Amino acid sequence: MAVKIGIPRALLYYQYFPLWVTYFEALDAEVIISSETNKKILNEGISAAINEACLPIKLFHGHVMDLKDRVDVLFIPRITSVYQKEYICPKFCGLPEMIRHSIGGLPPVIDAEINFFESRRHIKDTIYEMGNYFTRDRKRMIRAFQQAKERYQNYCRQLQKGKIPSLELPFHMYREPINQKQLPKRILIMGHPYNLYDPYLNMDMFSILTARGIQILTPEMVKRNEINRFMKSYKTKFYWTFANKMIGTMLYHIERGEIDGVIYISTFGCGVDSVVADIVEKTMREETSIPFLLITLDEHRGEAGVYTRVEAFIDMLEWGRKDENHISTHGQSVHSSQGCF
Amino acid sequence: MKITFPHMGNLYIALKAVFEELGAEVIIPPKSNKETLELGTKYSPEGICIPFKLTLGNYIQSIEQGADTLFMWSGCDVCRIGYYQALHKDILKRLNYSIQLICVEPFKTIGEIYVFLQKLKTISADTSYLRLAAVFKKGVELIHKVDALDDLACRIRARAEEPHKVDEIYAAYEQNIMQSKGYQETNQVLERYRKKLSQIPCDSCKEIVKVGITGEIYTVVEPFINQDLIRRLGQMGVEVDCSVTASQFIREQIDFLPFISSEKGEVHRAAEPYLDREIGGHARHTIGNTVRFGEKNFDGVIHLMPFTCMPEIVAQSILPTIEREWELPVLKLVLDEMTGEAGILTRVEAFIDLLKRRRSE
Repeated sequence: MAVKIGIPRALLYYQYFPLWVTYFEALDAEVIISSETNKKILNEGISAAINEACLPIKLFHGHVMDLKDRVDVLFIPRITSVYQKEYICPKFCGLPEMIRHSIGGLPPVIDAEINFFESRRHIKDTIYEMGNYFTRDRKRMIRAFQQAKERYQNYCRQLQKGKIPSLELPFHMYREPINQKQLPKRILIMGHPYNLYDPYLNMDMFSILTARGIQILTPEMVKRNEINRFMKSYKTKFYWTFANKMIGTMLYHIERGEIDGVIYISTFGCGVDSVVADIVEKTMREETSIPFLLITLDEHRGEAGVYTRVEAFIDMLEWGRKDENHISTHGQSVHSSQGCF
Repeated sequence: MKITFPHMGNLYIALKAVFEELGAEVIIPPKSNKETLELGTKYSPEGICIPFKLTLGNYIQSIEQGADTLFMWSGCDVCRIGYYQALHKDILKRLNYSIQLICVEPFKTIGEIYVFLQKLKTISADTSYLRLAAVFKKGVELIHKVDALDDLACRIRARAEEPHKVDEIYAAYEQNIMQSKGYQETNQVLERYRKKLSQIPCDSCKEIVKVGITGEIYTVVEPFINQDLIRRLGQMGVEVDCSVTASQFIREQIDFLPFISSEKGEVHRAAEPYLDREIGGHARHTIGNTVRFGEKNFDGVIHLMPFTCMPEIVAQSILPTIEREWELPVLKLVLDEMTGEAGILTRVEAFIDLLKRRRSE
């Protein structure tokens, strides 16, 4: 019988799942992915994790709780660094420890370290460490990895073209203008992939926006060499992959000038966002006139509050279009067409 | 040139002496206080950790007193400490302060020490490298002496017949330090007060509760943010061992030099069963030191961390296991700008009561 390997549907799963799933399946493992985030997972995560952890980490705990009793082995990689001289976040470096010490009764855990901080030279050792549980045949592991890498690169290309994993719609639906006469508003959604692509966590932000005919752009749509081009000459050198990606994306879009608004989805207590979101917000507000909305999510899930703010943001963008050339004369409101005064 | 630097516990004593030796005028920011915190919080990113906010407050207060050169640390770590100087620089620029910055990076090799000395040379151009190296060595010595004095004060305060005497002498010591200039005078003050402290009559039969403190270095050594925890514990008759201090930190940085030894190896050995690698900040030390306090039969441990501190969050989730395996009570205190004095005190008092009762049983 095939070994059942459990992959929690949280954190960088949203970025790397084609890689991981294909690799383990090629080694004849049965891959079980935890259920989509729901209230039970959230609550279990909150009670298992320590109070101070951020929401995505708590959700990861919840997904592990969802999996631990129905798999033979758990996959909790220690993702320290995926690019040279760049880190992810301290909590990712200590993730296997956090889980082991917070959740009892775990099956064996594959916690191979992915660390390309110095170089990618040791990538083969990582591949072997991950595959050891299933086979001793190293050539087979390399073949499995090649296959996985192809699938992953294919997925990245799709993301780059504009696919959004959490949306069921074929992606040309939200990429192409619906109404040919009027160009749709383009909004850049920024944030960690696990904040963007977990619809439960972000209260289905993409659906709210697409339902209003908004065209969505994500950081995954900007090529890494474009990001590097901007970051090479940026005043601060960042050693967080995420910081480079967000700030590079922002600079790229500021230069192209094709976006109508930016929504940044952050989570309360995120150390990386405390630096990055602040830089993005200040730059957007000081150097451009593009409207910017920062949404900070936490486990209390105030849905109404989030919807109200997002809807008001979209309204504002649309009124901007309608009243763009409507110069106020004395005594008249700029937005007279809305009749809101 | 009027040079200033952020506060971090008593580190100012050594920094002040070093810069005075180099012939610079030193402006010491007022001891971190409520106003420092308010200024820092006002101009900092909302979600950033408390050491960032307080050091920014220090900078602003110093600049308003006329400082024109800022001495700040940076470096590359997994956590956000490495971005401090870039963000501080940006904020100060936005506030229209024109100021020269000297950013120092950690010095873990001879080459990095050389870069550090080069930066010191920008403060006083006509000082030779030989003399700079000598001043650097004296500075390190002072940091050790200051920490040794604090350690002594901790021990005596817990055992003194009249604990308030220690605080009186300590206050006079701080005043004298401010009036002294350069290495020689500072050293003399330290020596004088070391003697005074050791002459305080102690009650040798007194039963002492021993508590270890671990956590993020800034929250451990900065009395303003930890609500003067170390002094208060002393007054309750508790002997405190602060595992992370400025002197220990510097020793670990330069322990590749033949005549310096640090406890880094010991800490890493103790932490190994729980956390066998660096994940940024002081997480590995928090784990290692907590285990070492267990080995040394301490009564309890207090873990201090700034709110949202990423490495300490990982450490915090491992601590309950150590607590169980070593039967060592651990009190966790998370500190930020909202931290109330009464809340912290109540919890600490209850914790000490618990330790005392546990001991008598």
